[in-house]
Order: sequence, then C-alpha cells, then structure tokens
Amino acid sequence: MGTFIVRRILVAISVALTISIVSFMLLHLSGDLATSIAGPEATAEQVEQIRVDYGLDRPIVSQYLDWLGDALTFDFGRSYYYQSTVVDLIVDRMPVTLTLGGLALALAVGISIPLGVLAALKRDTWIDRLALLFAVVGQAMPSFWFGLTLIVVFAVTLQWLPAAGSDGWQHFVLPAIALGYYATPAMMRLTRTGMLEVLESDYIRTARAKGLRTGSVIFKHALRNAIIPVVALAAVELGFMLGGSVVIESVFSLNGLGQLAWDAISRNDYPVVQAVVLIIALFYIVLTLLADVANAALDPRIRTR
Amino acid sequence: MPLLEVNNLRVDLPVEAGTLHAVRGIDFHVERGEMLCLVGESGCGKSMTSLALMGLLPRKARLTADRLQFDGIDLTMLSERRRSDLRGARMSMIFQEPMTALNPAYTLGNQLCEGLIRHRGVSRQEARERAIYLLERVGISAAKDRLNQYPHQLSGGLRQRVMIAMALMCEPDLIIADEPTTALDVTIQAQILRLLRELQQEFGTAVIFITHDLGVVARIADRVAVMYAGEVIESAPTPALYANPAHPYTRGLLSCIPAPGKTPPGSRLQAIPGVVPSLVGHVEGCAFRNRCPQAQPTCERTPPLMSLSGDHRARCHYADRPVPAPRPPETIS
Repeated sequence: MGTFIVRRILVAISVALTISIVSFMLLHLSGDLATSIAGPEATAEQVEQIRVDYGLDRPIVSQYLDWLGDALTFDFGRSYYYQSTVVDLIVDRMPVTLTLGGLALALAVGISIPLGVLAALKRDTWIDRLALLFAVVGQAMPSFWFGLTLIVVFAVTLQWLPAAGSDGWQHFVLPAIALGYYATPAMMRLTRTGMLEVLESDYIRTARAKGLRTGSVIFKHALRNAIIPVVALAAVELGFMLGGSVVIESVFSLNGLGQLAWDAISRNDYPVVQAVVLIIALFYIVLTLLADVANAALDPRIRTR
Repeated sequence: MPLLEVNNLRVDLPVEAGTLHAVRGIDFHVERGEMLCLVGESGCGKSMTSLALMGLLPRKARLTADRLQFDGIDLTMLSERRRSDLRGARMSMIFQEPMTALNPAYTLGNQLCEGLIRHRGVSRQEARERAIYLLERVGISAAKDRLNQYPHQLSGGLRQRVMIAMALMCEPDLIIADEPTTALDVTIQAQILRLLRELQQEFGTAVIFITHDLGVVARIADRVAVMYAGEVIESAPTPALYANPAHPYTRGLLSCIPAPGKTPPGSRLQAIPGVVPSLVGHVEGCAFRNRCPQAQPTCERTPPLMSLSGDHRARCHYADRPVPAPRPPETIS
C-alpha cells in the first residue's frame, strides 16, 4: 500500500508539471500578450515598454522557469486588473467554490447511490423506470437552465431562498442543487449497472448460500464491489464541479474561482488565468490520487498491481 | 427417516419460446452421512436441482414438489427468512467455479467467519479459531496467515479448499457439491475428491455430489442417480450401477469412459450420438429415445420408473427385459 501511494504521487507530480508547461505555452503562444495587455489604443512604444516591464521579451523557457520557481513558493505575481496578489485573490475565492462543489457532490452521492441501488434491486419495475427518467432528465437538462428555473421557482415566486450572492448558507442551496443534479445521473447509472452486474455474480450466490441476511448480501457483499467505479467517477465529477462551475457561479452570482477565471480571461489578466488553471489542475490531480487510494482501499486486487 | 426426501420435484423456467422444464419430476433421497452422486451431462437439470434444494433458484423459476423434506422440515412451506436460517447452517454448498465464488473485496477470514457468526452468534475470535482449524483440516498450510489474505492471492485449488472449509464451518448435515472439481487441474481434482470423501466420513456429513463424470463417481459415491433431460433415469448403489447398468443412457455413459488395460491404445473413443432434446414445452415419451440404440415404438410412451433389485431403479420400458437387436454404436475420433 505504501509503495502504491508513493508511485501514484510521483505520477501526479509529473502530470502537474506537464500541465503547467502546456498551459504556460498555450497562453504565451496564443497571441502577443504585451499587445493585449496594453489595449487597442496603446502606441508601439507603450507596448514595447510593457513587454520589457513584464519580462515578455525574454526567451519563453526562461520565462517559464522563473514563473515555475515563483509558483513553487506560492508566488503567482500580481493581478493586472485587481490591486492585489494572485494568491490573495485565489484564497479569497476558493472557499466559495469549495463549499459549492462539496455540497453539490454530497448531494449527488447522497441521491445517486441509494437510488442506483434501489433501481437495481427493483429492476424493471416502476421504481426503476422512475429512477431512469430522473437520470435522463438530469442528463438532458442544461445546468444553467435548471439553475434559472430554480431561481424563478424558489427565489422569485416562492421567495424561500436568495437568488444571488455568497454570504450565507442559504445562498448555496440552489446552486448546489443545480450543480449536484448535473452530476447525479452518471453516478446513479453506474451504481445501478454495477449492482445489477454484481448481484448476478458467483460470490453473491455464495453469500446467499451461507444464509446471510439480505441486508448483508446487498450492502456488504454487493455494494462494496459495485461502488468501486463510482468512487473514481465521483472524484472526477468533483474536479469538474470545482473547475467547471463557471456557469453555475455566474447564474447565481457566486464569487468563486470559476467567476474569477472567467473575468480574468476576458480581461487578459494572464497571471490570474495561469494560476487558476494550475490550481484547478492540481485539484483534479489530488482528487484522482485520492480516488486511486480509495479504490485501492476498496479493491485489494489493485493494491498488489 | 432419510435426511432429505425429494418426490416429484419440478422446476420450470419461463423463456422466450415458452416454458423450460428444467427439472421434470425427480425423486431421490439422501440418508444421513451418505454420499449421493447426481450424474448427467450439462443441461440435464442437475444444477437446477441443487439450487432448488438450497432455495437459490433464479427469481423467475417456479418450483413444485409433492415432497421436499429436509430432516422432517417441509422446505416448500418455509419463508425466505426461515430458509436462510437453514442455508449455510444445516445445508451448505460448494460451487463449480472457485475463481469467482469468493468475494474479491474481503479477506478469507472475514468470509469464512461471517456464516458462523450469523448462524451461531459466536464471537469473531471463536469463529477465527474454527476457521483456522478447518483450513488446516482441508490441507492449507499457515492457516492463520491465510485468514488475512484475499482470494486473488490464492490458486484455484486452494480457493476450492477454502470453499470446502467454508461449507463445513457450521457443521452442516448436508453439503451439496456442484461439480467442485470441474474447473481444476486433473492433479488437483484427485486431491480435492479424496479430501471431500475423507471429510465426509470424518464429520458424518451427507453429501450430494454433482458431476458429469462417471469416472469420478466410482471412486467416492455410496449411491448414484443418473439424470437425463430433467429426469432421474436410473438410481442405484454404486456397485450395482457399475455391475448392471439398466438404462441404455447409463450404459452409453459407462462405455464412454476409456478403461486402462481394456481400451486398446489408439482406438476410437466411444460417444453417444445425437443431442439432448429441447425441454421447452411439453415433452412426451422417453426423452432418450432419439439417441437410444434400442429404441422401439413403445418408447413413444413415457416409461415408468421400474424397480429392479433392491434399491436399483430405472426409467426404461426395457430395464428388466432383454435388449432387442441393437444398432451398432457410432464413433468419433
């Protein structure tokens, strides 16, 4: 188990480095940064000045190494737009995104796994069909539209919950539902398929042949095996919800990382873009790592591989 | 009173084309401490019979029986809950495929102990001690360390030994072994067979041994029931069956076994021509007549179960009559 984790961490570090190189290169090769920072009305001298000031005239490799050296000490420079360091901005916005993503995931897991198990146990009954309908609707409905619908119903019409802002827990309920519902169908389907497959397996027959109680057969023997791929999916979904909640954050005016990234891109605030891309990539990497460890804990066959 | 009494057991399965009569009214009994072999080719209903006895039939299957009694308990009347009290405690099962019969996610110790804890309410420690004792009895070395291992760390032969130990955990009265050696290497097969026989005699457990291999039967069974197309077509004490096989199918099976010293090297292996009839829909007459070398017009009628000497029974119109001129058997290379 120890060597397994060390191996996975080494892989994770190399992935992180690769991502930082690719994102750095993409940003720097996608156009002349000095020109876009200076704006359309700047003179050629001003652009040149900016180029020198920001060190954009140096070879790209040395620019990258400088940036990387700073990034390793958590120094991502200053934002071009806001009057603060990039780190302060991220630290400021992160809790909002983490809260939203965490709530949405908890909601998605809390609904999809019990529903998936139930659908598998009640296969081909109306309960199963209802669960599948719930999944299809969730997959077909764009999350921004569902978010807007929630606002119209619960914030505008019923006035139970606030429509926008990120001050108290009430502000997170509707966006968490919108984001969570988006992640539910895939996890529910995977749970259902996994359970159906596992329930047919020989070792479930063995468990029943031992006279174990139904609860023990289903939850101890079946769910434990059926849930292994769901754990990996949940990690990816959480990564997606942390990095890709841009839409939901703008629908509900939540000041999270997604919103920050969106603003930074539209303002050519490239130190911020760079840092957010790296942070989100790190989220993914850490989550995949955690999923691998969780999988290994659930499936002893993976540990020795 | 026999430990297990089965009268007119039927198992029907709904399939697309109609109803599959997997088991078509079979009778047999098992005495305490004896080993009964159920023999037959795949699809003859022997696995369905064992699942029916365990109460593990697929949900869609329909079971009927005039009598299905285990130690005086009418199994057809039990609720699923009461049935599960018997399973693993008084009757347990060893399956064909040791590679997939154990849960990959739990240690052997966990899987060995859970049945005993469920049925007898013993402590984990007591259950582990019993598990270690039984693992040693089935010939597994370093039994204590094995408890913390996972199924994938063991070979097929070892896993089947674990399954046998698992079946013995609660000292059941009856073990159903469904082709427990089929998936194993030939050398391991013999070891497992010997082990089963030894344990059966040591613990006084009755065993229903299910196999397609008559060669296996000779070595271990007290009695044999031969199944064909969902019926028991012949049953007898093992020596009687080998000495005087009364049903043409049994004779065919026996002639398929090459005998060292009798079958000349290089000669063609015997086979029974034809295929097992479909059991979907109503089956009329003797189910073996389309493959039988001595089939007569009489065979269009369903043959009765003829009682021969003592405990020897056969379902054939000609079980007690001389064979009319037989067709020569076909051969395959």
